[in-house]
Amino acid sequence: MFMKRLLANDRGGRILLSALLLISVAVVASNRLLPEASWLHVPTYTVTLLGKYLCYALLAVSVDLAWGYLGILSLGHGAFFALGGYAMGMYLMRQIGDRGVYGNSELPDFMVFLNWQELPWFWHGFDQFWFAALMVLLVPGVLAFAFGWLAFRSRVTGVYLSIITQALTYALMLAFFRNEMGFGGNNGLTDFKDMLGFSLQADSTRIGLFIASAVALAAGYLLCRSVTNSRLGRVSVAIRDSEDRVRFIGYRVEKIKLAVFTLSAVLAGLAGALYVPQVGIINPNEFAPLNSIEAVVWVAIGGRGTLFGAVVGALLVNYGKSYFTAAMPEAWLFALGAIFVLATLFLPRGIAGLFSRRQAGDESGSSALSPPPAPSSDGDPQGAKHRSSPDSVTDSPANTATAPMSPLAQEARS
Amino acid sequence: MASPHAHYRTNPGCRLPTGLAKAVQALVLLALVLLNANLARAAGGDFEAGLALLSEKSFDKKALAIEHLAESGHDQALTLLQTMSAGDLYYRKSDKRIVIRQDADKGYAITDVVTGQALGTVDRRDIKKVSINNQLRAQLTQAIAELQLGAGDPDIRKTALEAMLSELDTDSLPLLEKRRGIEQDAEVSAVLDVAIAVAQLESGERTDRLQALKALDGSLYPPVRNRLVAVLESDPDAGVRKAAAKALATIESRAKLFGNLETLFFGISLGSVLILAAIGLAITFGVMGVINMAHGELIMIGAYTTYVIQLLMPNAIEYSLLVAIPAAFVVSGLVGIAIERGVIRFLYGRPLETLLATFGLSLILQQAVRSIFSPLNRSVETPAWMSGTWEVNAIFSLTLNRLYIIGFCLIVFFLLHLILKRTRLGLEVRAVSQNRQMARAMGVRTQWVDALTFGLGSGIAGVAGVALSQLTNVGPNLGQAYIIDSFMVVVFGGVGNLWGTLVAGLSLGVANKVMEPWAGAVLAKILVLVFIILFIQKRPRGLFPQKGRAAEG
Repeated sequence: MFMKRLLANDRGGRILLSALLLISVAVVASNRLLPEASWLHVPTYTVTLLGKYLCYALLAVSVDLAWGYLGILSLGHGAFFALGGYAMGMYLMRQIGDRGVYGNSELPDFMVFLNWQELPWFWHGFDQFWFAALMVLLVPGVLAFAFGWLAFRSRVTGVYLSIITQALTYALMLAFFRNEMGFGGNNGLTDFKDMLGFSLQADSTRIGLFIASAVALAAGYLLCRSVTNSRLGRVSVAIRDSEDRVRFIGYRVEKIKLAVFTLSAVLAGLAGALYVPQVGIINPNEFAPLNSIEAVVWVAIGGRGTLFGAVVGALLVNYGKSYFTAAMPEAWLFALGAIFVLATLFLPRGIAGLFSRRQAGDESGSSALSPPPAPSSDGDPQGAKHRSSPDSVTDSPANTATAPMSPLAQEARS
Repeated sequence: MASPHAHYRTNPGCRLPTGLAKAVQALVLLALVLLNANLARAAGGDFEAGLALLSEKSFDKKALAIEHLAESGHDQALTLLQTMSAGDLYYRKSDKRIVIRQDADKGYAITDVVTGQALGTVDRRDIKKVSINNQLRAQLTQAIAELQLGAGDPDIRKTALEAMLSELDTDSLPLLEKRRGIEQDAEVSAVLDVAIAVAQLESGERTDRLQALKALDGSLYPPVRNRLVAVLESDPDAGVRKAAAKALATIESRAKLFGNLETLFFGISLGSVLILAAIGLAITFGVMGVINMAHGELIMIGAYTTYVIQLLMPNAIEYSLLVAIPAAFVVSGLVGIAIERGVIRFLYGRPLETLLATFGLSLILQQAVRSIFSPLNRSVETPAWMSGTWEVNAIFSLTLNRLYIIGFCLIVFFLLHLILKRTRLGLEVRAVSQNRQMARAMGVRTQWVDALTFGLGSGIAGVAGVALSQLTNVGPNLGQAYIIDSFMVVVFGGVGNLWGTLVAGLSLGVANKVMEPWAGAVLAKILVLVFIILFIQKRPRGLFPQKGRAAEG
């Protein structure tokens, strides 16, 4: 009943969740019930790969919540994802116990190797699953809250915010590369054995993780949808479109931004936590700015501000990545780069936009370069209208958006 | 190997023009030739005699040989004595020719010491070592020192003296004082004074030692410091020990001062690199408001242009950088204009989309370079005039390539400043960035200005690439390493403000290097990043926010 109301106006969401349910059941059934010789049999390797994609999809949903519905282009969501992953990795590390190379039941191998005598304080408690699970949500959440509290209060917006989120994840990457940090340095955390008593190598555990990822994605999707359907969601869309007006109406813009941004970070952390046991390693490269930007591209391809588009984009791009890096490794970066450029130039509303446009009878005009009716991210809605003729004087009486100083201009006004 | 007549010089009158001058010139030439021939014969005789005596068994005769060789003035004498002192000198038993040997398939390959002529391979028993004893060794050391101190090049004399500092004792005094009397070069004289003082530290006289300590007060040579520590520990006289302690304290404080200066230099050097990398961005991001994530790749293209230029002119590496600077400007500038016309112009006013699209371009450019030049780092040669160091004193020296890059950075900065403030293009750029519509109404071709401005910023990035190719490895990831730093510098300094970029780059560079000794390189960088993130919260528009109409847009 609740779900019905939630998805009443979300055809894409209904299709997506149904497909997710169907495919998950089909994949699991085929893996467990069909003989390996059958051509319909899905090998466990593929199941784990799909589980990985689902984690990426959840990350994409969290990015879309912040970007598509709040107008914050975070180039640092990979940091929240990685922090969630590290929290889970620390739990898995402690589960190894004395089965490590050095057989030390207290200390993970890399600490023995560094000649550390005792567990650092921040590792305590991670032998308990409930504690680690709490940290998976808490650490990214607290970081996002602290970062957002500072940034939103001083009204850092637009590209400035994007650049400092990128600096944040870059600084974290450098920090986690240091052995002294106590997170395994360059090598990160790996060589996991089991989780909640189930061996990570076992097929059944892998299937279980796949199901958990699917459930998390569905739950994350529904949570985000319920937020976007709520008053909070509608105000945050208003903030995206015109922050100043919302502020003048009397809303506490900072609080709303902070709430949505923190929720988004927590979801990203959850995605990271489910990702780590499936790939079996977490290292500082997960913090690389490129990863965060890739997540943004999934959303851009799928269509931001739709949530289901983010899922579609993440699955498609990652399938493409797996295919290209195996078939033509040289071509992958060319393809990814071309996707970035072409998607921003010709698909401003992403794949989701293609469908909704057909539905609405091509509302946005004939030119592929014409503006998306979707909000312009710099918060200046008039600007988008003049896209096809950036310099035409006649149709742009107050065309501040085409003036290069618009990020500043906006700030000057605020 | 040079001939024995190497000290024969060209005639000095060759620049006199007229017939009379020519006659004078001929006379001078004749005199010089006669004089030189005379000298050569005298020296040559001594040298040959010494050489012949080397193969004698008796150590006395060898001592005589060393004397002959040392006084011969022959330009091979020094190497010969050094080889002998190292015990690498042999003679062939058949004709007593002095040779050096190298391992060969069977036995040894031998070469004549004087002429450098290869004499084929011989059996192990065919040659014999020119053996030396302790007395001869002492004599050799003395002779080598004397020869080095008498060398024509002041730099050789200075280096030799500095190398001697840790081994001097009172025995060396007469030689040092003799040299001090005739030394003309001021720098060498200064080192000689230090050397004499060091030698006097061994003196039995208390007053001599005190005087020596006074002379050594504040001397920065590392051996001097060690000697003073030794005096402080073992000198029988309390007064001398006290004087040594005082001299050491002065040395320590001066060393600390120069240590700080060195940190400052490294900081400025890092800062100038940051400025070079960021200043193109200050144009495209700061003035135009375009987020160009491919900026780092434009730097990379500049560095690869340098590499290609050096491949094209392998025989003129000295001038390659001078060619590479304009070439890199043009190549990166054209790529930049292509990016602007092909992608960015459709995205003005949508900074976040611009960011994504240019990031895609950066991936394409990286992969293109990887496919064309291979993913491995390429080595770009440093021209001779850029390598080496400028030694200010014994513990403080500045590497020339960093000095040049600091200067280069300043030149680029002021040129850019001049272009923006004093040229028509600069005026139009500023007009368009302040009010596009009004600029158009006044007849400025805004699209043209957009393209040129972006090309200018990109070209500067290429020029930065030339400078970076002299400091770091040139590889496909070169640009990525600098993009975040560049954005930090521009944002920290204040968008749209070139002076802000200069101050921000320098202060971030210096801050980084000051923190490095106690925090380590990585942590220092993290701290700087965290500082900037916090700083932007406090002052979202950087150190020097734009004021007036430009800021109001």
